[in-house]
Amino acid sequence: MHYVIAGAGPAAVAAAEHLKELDPSAKVTMIGAQQQPPYSRMAIPYYLTGKVKEEGTYLRRAANHYEEKGIEFVHGEVVSLDGPGHTVSLADGQTIGYDKLLLATGAEPIIPPVPGMDDPRVQQCWHLEDAERIIELAKPGARAVQVGAGFIGCIILESWVLREVNLTVVEMGPRMVPRMLGEKAGGLLQKWCESKGVTVHTNTRVQSIESTPEELKVVLENGETCAADVVIVSTGVKPRIAYLDGSGITVDQGIVVDQHMQTSVADVYAAGDCAQGLDFSTGETAVHAVQPTATEHGRVAAANMVGNNSLPYKGSLNMNILDTLGLVTCSFGAWEGVEGGDSGEMFNEGNYQYINLQFKDDVLVGANSVGYHEHLGVLRGLIETQVPLGAWKERLKKNPVQLADAYVGVNQSELKVS
Amino acid sequence: MHKALVMEADACTGCHQCEMMCSYGKVGAFNISKSVMDITAFDGGALNVPSTCTQCEGAWCMVVCPVQAITVNPATGAKEVSAEVCVGCKVCTIACPFGAINYDPDSGVVTKCDLCGGAPMCVEACPTTALAYMAEDSTGYEKMRRHAVMSAGLPEGTA
Amino acid sequence: MSWTGKILRVDLGAGTCTSEPLNMQWANDYMGQRGLATKYLVEETDPKVDPFSPDNKMIFATGPLTGTIAPTSGRWSVVCKGPLTGAIACSNSGGFFGAELKNAGWDMVIFEGKSASPVYLDITNDKAELKDASDLWGKSVWETETELRERRGDPDVRVASIGLAGENGVLYAAVVNDMDRAAGRSGVGAVMGSKHLKAVVVRGTVGVKVKDPMAMMKTSNAAKEILAENAVTGQGLPTHGTQVLMNVINEVGALPTRNGHDVQFDGAHDISAEAMAEVRESDGQANLVSNHACFGCPISCARRSKIDPTHFTVKDKPKYQIVSGGLEYEAAWALGAANGVNDLDALTYANFVCNEQGLDPISLGATIGAAMDLYKVGAISKEDTGGHALEFGNTEAFVAMVEATARGEGFGKEIGQGSRRLCEKYGHPEFSMTVKSQEFPAYDPRGIQGMGLTYATSNRGACHLRSYTVASEVLGIPEKTDPLVTEGKAGLVKAFQDATAAVDSSGTCVFTTFALSGEDIAPMVDAACEGDWSVERFVEVGERIWNMERQYNIAAGFTGADDTLPERMLKDAAKTGPAEGKVNGLSEMLPEYYQLRGWDDSGVPSAETLARLGL
Repeated sequence: MHYVIAGAGPAAVAAAEHLKELDPSAKVTMIGAQQQPPYSRMAIPYYLTGKVKEEGTYLRRAANHYEEKGIEFVHGEVVSLDGPGHTVSLADGQTIGYDKLLLATGAEPIIPPVPGMDDPRVQQCWHLEDAERIIELAKPGARAVQVGAGFIGCIILESWVLREVNLTVVEMGPRMVPRMLGEKAGGLLQKWCESKGVTVHTNTRVQSIESTPEELKVVLENGETCAADVVIVSTGVKPRIAYLDGSGITVDQGIVVDQHMQTSVADVYAAGDCAQGLDFSTGETAVHAVQPTATEHGRVAAANMVGNNSLPYKGSLNMNILDTLGLVTCSFGAWEGVEGGDSGEMFNEGNYQYINLQFKDDVLVGANSVGYHEHLGVLRGLIETQVPLGAWKERLKKNPVQLADAYVGVNQSELKVS
Repeated sequence: MHKALVMEADACTGCHQCEMMCSYGKVGAFNISKSVMDITAFDGGALNVPSTCTQCEGAWCMVVCPVQAITVNPATGAKEVSAEVCVGCKVCTIACPFGAINYDPDSGVVTKCDLCGGAPMCVEACPTTALAYMAEDSTGYEKMRRHAVMSAGLPEGTA
Repeated sequence: MSWTGKILRVDLGAGTCTSEPLNMQWANDYMGQRGLATKYLVEETDPKVDPFSPDNKMIFATGPLTGTIAPTSGRWSVVCKGPLTGAIACSNSGGFFGAELKNAGWDMVIFEGKSASPVYLDITNDKAELKDASDLWGKSVWETETELRERRGDPDVRVASIGLAGENGVLYAAVVNDMDRAAGRSGVGAVMGSKHLKAVVVRGTVGVKVKDPMAMMKTSNAAKEILAENAVTGQGLPTHGTQVLMNVINEVGALPTRNGHDVQFDGAHDISAEAMAEVRESDGQANLVSNHACFGCPISCARRSKIDPTHFTVKDKPKYQIVSGGLEYEAAWALGAANGVNDLDALTYANFVCNEQGLDPISLGATIGAAMDLYKVGAISKEDTGGHALEFGNTEAFVAMVEATARGEGFGKEIGQGSRRLCEKYGHPEFSMTVKSQEFPAYDPRGIQGMGLTYATSNRGACHLRSYTVASEVLGIPEKTDPLVTEGKAGLVKAFQDATAAVDSSGTCVFTTFALSGEDIAPMVDAACEGDWSVERFVEVGERIWNMERQYNIAAGFTGADDTLPERMLKDAAKTGPAEGKVNGLSEMLPEYYQLRGWDDSGVPSAETLARLGL
C-alpha cells in the first residue's frame, strides 16, 4: 500500500505518522514545497521575537525524524492530480503514483487588491522567509503598518512591540479578530493594544500604498494616511487549492470532505487548512484553518485511509487561542450563540477580563474569553461531551468564572456535589 | 505496567499540602498558583476534588503541539513538556479537554503533571489517602479512567 | 526569607496604600503574626486610645511559617486594641486568607485612620488599592464574599470581611474569612467596622520562599508524622473535630452550664460530636457532612454541617439550607450548654448566623446566658426582650436573641454589648461570666483549676487559647495533672502561655501542640527563617510577647485587680460531678504565678524581667 500526502504542514505530518502507526508496512510519501524541514506557523511569532531559532519552529525535533519513522520526504510542489489514474504531478515534472492520497496543501495568504502592494517594503508574514525579511525591516524606531488584525496579525503584534517598532494596525472589520471574538472581547483587546502604544484603526480598508524612496504612505478609506517604513500584510488566508482545477474534486471554500475526510473522488482525502470538513458545532462543513483541527483532521483521515472509511468523524470544534502582548483571548465553538440558546457573561473592563458562555438548553456550545489562561481546555471538554450542566448552568450564568469548578462538578456526579 | 496517580475525592480534606509540594517541585517555592495539581472545593469545602493530568491515552496536548515539545517518558508513561522546546503558543491548553495543561506567564511555557519522574511529590505530601501512586490495574485507576473517558467522550482513534 | 520583608500600610483617611520594609530587628525578636503585630501596635499607638478612634490601628498579620509546607500553615491574626475589653486584642484565624496574603508578598497589613465612606482593600500581589464599598455596606459576610469574588473575576481570590455585627459595633464582632473561618474574639470586627473597612480581597501568586527548603520539608515531614500518630491530632480531631470534647468535659464536671449555675449539662450528648454524626429521622441525613482542612493542615478538625431543612430555624429560608461551617466545641457549648439549649440544629443555625454576620459565638452565647440569668431573677422581662420568655432552655427565645443581635435590633442591641455591660446595666454585675469584660469559654474553672488562672491572667480577657491547660489536666498532654488541684498550675499556665504566644506568632495552629512541642516547631522556623532558631529562643520569644502584652494592658489602665474571676467561680461550689463542692482556688495560684513570671505583687513586670527579655 502506498499512501501519498501532498503537503508537509501539521495535518500532513500528523497523518503521515498515524499512517505508519496503523499500517507499519505501508509506504508513506510526504511531498513538501518549502525549503526547510516541515515547520509550524504557530511558532513563527516566537521566531520573530527571538524566543526560538529557526529550528525551534520545526514540527519535529530530530533531523532524521521522518527517515526514522519510515516516511519518505519528497521536495516538490503538487501541481495537478489525476484521480482515475491515481497519480499526482509535481512542478518539476515528476509524477508520483498512489494507492491513497491525502491533500494537505494548507493555506496561502490573501493579498488584498490594493495598488502599491508590490513594493519590497510590503511584506506578507506567512513563510519563514517572510519572517526573516521582516526582521531586517523592523528596526527599532521604524514605523510599521500592519494591515489586518486577524489571528495571525494579533499573534505577531508582540514581535513588533518588542522590536520597539511604532506600530499602526488597520483592520477592515468592526473590531480586532472579528472572526474569533465578539464585540466586547474584540473591543477589550483593542483597548489593551492601545494601552501598549499600538494605534488601531478598525472599520477601514487600505485604499492604496504610495511609495517614495524614503517611506511608504498607507492611505486609508477613512481619509487618514499613515507613513511607514514597512507594511506587513496579514489579511487572512485561504485554502491552497488552485492546483485542483480540472481534477474533478469538489471544492467550495476549501476541499469538501465527508465524515471520513474523503473528497468527492475515491481514494483522495483532504485534511487541515485546505479542507472543508465537518464542523462539530453546526453539522455543516467549514474551513477552520486552525492547528487543533489540522492535527485532528490528519489523524482521522489517516485512520480512514487505512481502515476503509471505518471511523466516522463527529466534526472538529473550531477553537483558537491568542496571546496579544500578554493578553490571552480564546474562542470555542458557537461563540456567537445559537438560535434559541442563552448566555452568561462576565465583563470586567478595568481588569481586561471577559467571559461569554453560550448555551443550548443546559449544554455549553460556545465561549469567548479574555484575560484568562487557566483551565481553558475544560471549555472544549464541556462543549464536545455535551454534558448536561444541570444546576451548574444557572451558576455559570451568574458567575462564568466558575468554569473549572463546573467542569469538575458535572464530572463528579457520582460524588455528593450539591 | 506503568503506575498511575490515583485521586480519591472522598478522602481529600482540601488542605493543599499536595499543591504546595507540587509547586515546590515545579518552581522551587511554595506557591500553589504554580501547582499543576488542583483542588476544587465544593459546598465550602465539604467536598474537595483533586485533579491533574491523567496521562491519558488520547494525549491531545502532545498530538496538537506544533513543535513536539511534549513527549512520553517511557519509564513512567508521563507526557512531559520540554520547557526548552515549548514556544508558549498555548494551543495545547485549549486542545486538552480536561484543562490539565496550562500556560504560565512567568515562565512563558506550559506546565502539566509529569509524575515527578516517577515519584510524585504530591502523593508524598498528602496526609490522607486521597492521592496514591499505584499500578494502573487497580480499582482506583479504573475509576479515574472512567472519569477521563466520560469527560472526553471523543471517538477513539482521533488521538 | 520566609518573612516577605514587606508591610502594606493602608491609610484609610487618606485613601493611600504604601509598601514599607519590615523592621527585621522586630521580626527577629517577635517572630511574626501575634508577636510582631503587637510590637507594631505598641510602638505606633497610645494604649489609652479609644478602640473605635481613628487613632487605633488594626493589623492583619501572617507568621513566618504561614503559607509554607509546615503543617497548619494557614494561620493569620488580627491585632488591635479591643473594644470589648479595652485590652490588647489578638484574634487568630485559619482558612486560606492568611496564606493568600503571604503569597501576595506581604507579612502584614497595617490599617490606620478611618475612611469617610465604606471601602474595601483589593490586593493582587504588590498591587493594593482601596475601592468603594458603599454598595456592600449592609451586606452579610456571605453576600460580601460572594459579590467580591464575582466582581474580581478570579476564582482563586480570598476574602476577609465583616457582616452587620461589625458594621453595627457589636463589641464581639468578628472578622470572617473564607465564609466561615473567623478572627473571632474581642471585637476586632467592630474595629474594622469603625474604620469603614468592609473587606479585604487578596490574590497572591508570588509564592513563599524559605531559607532552607530541604530542611523545611524534612522538619515538616517529621512534624506531620508526629501529628498523624498522635491520638488527638491523628484521630480525635479529624474524626470528631473539637466537638470530641463535649462529652469528655461534661464527664469531668467542667462544662459551664446555664451561665455557670452548673458544671454538667444534661443535654450535653444531644449537642456533641456523636450527635452530629447521628442520622436524623426526618431526612435520613446527619448534621455532620464532612470534615475540612484549613490551608496546609493535616489535622482537618473543621466541620461541614447541614441543618435539617424542615427545622424551624431554616424552613422556607433556602440560604441556610446549605452545607456550611458546622459547630466547634466552643460554639456548641456557648450557644448550647451556657443557655441550657440542647437543640443541635438550632445551635448549628445560630453558628451559621454568627459566620454570616460576623459574630463571636462564645461571647454571643455566654451573653445570652447572662441575659437568661437576668430574666430568671426578674431584672429583665418580656418587655425588654421583645416578648420572648428568655428562660434557660427556651430554644425559640434563644434563636430570636441570636437573630436580633446579628441584625442589631431590639434587645439584640443590649446583647451586642457583651455580658459585663449588660449585667451592669441591669444591676447584676455578678452575673457576667467574664474576665476583663470578655466572656470565658467552655471550661469551668471549678472543674479544671488551671483554667481559672488561665482566664484570670489572659492578656485579652478570658480565653482558653492563651494557655490550654485542659491538655494536661484532662487529656494528659504533655503529662497528666489533676484538674482539681491548684498545686503546680502556676508553672503549667506560664509554660503554656509562653509556648502558645510563640506558636501564635509562627504562622501555625495551636492545635498542633497536642502533639508537637517547641522541639518540633522551632526547627521548622529555623528552616524557614534567617538566623538560628533554637527551642530556647522560640520559647523566649513567647515569654517576651507575653510580657509586652502585659505592659500594654498596664499602660491601658489594667492592674493586678483585674486578674480575677467572676464571684460565682470563686464562691459558688460545683454542685455535681468530680468537682462537686469545689470552687476555683485562684488565690492559691496567682501569687506563685506572679513570682514565676518575675512580676511584683501587684502583677507588674519587674525591671529585671523586662531587661532580661529586652523590653
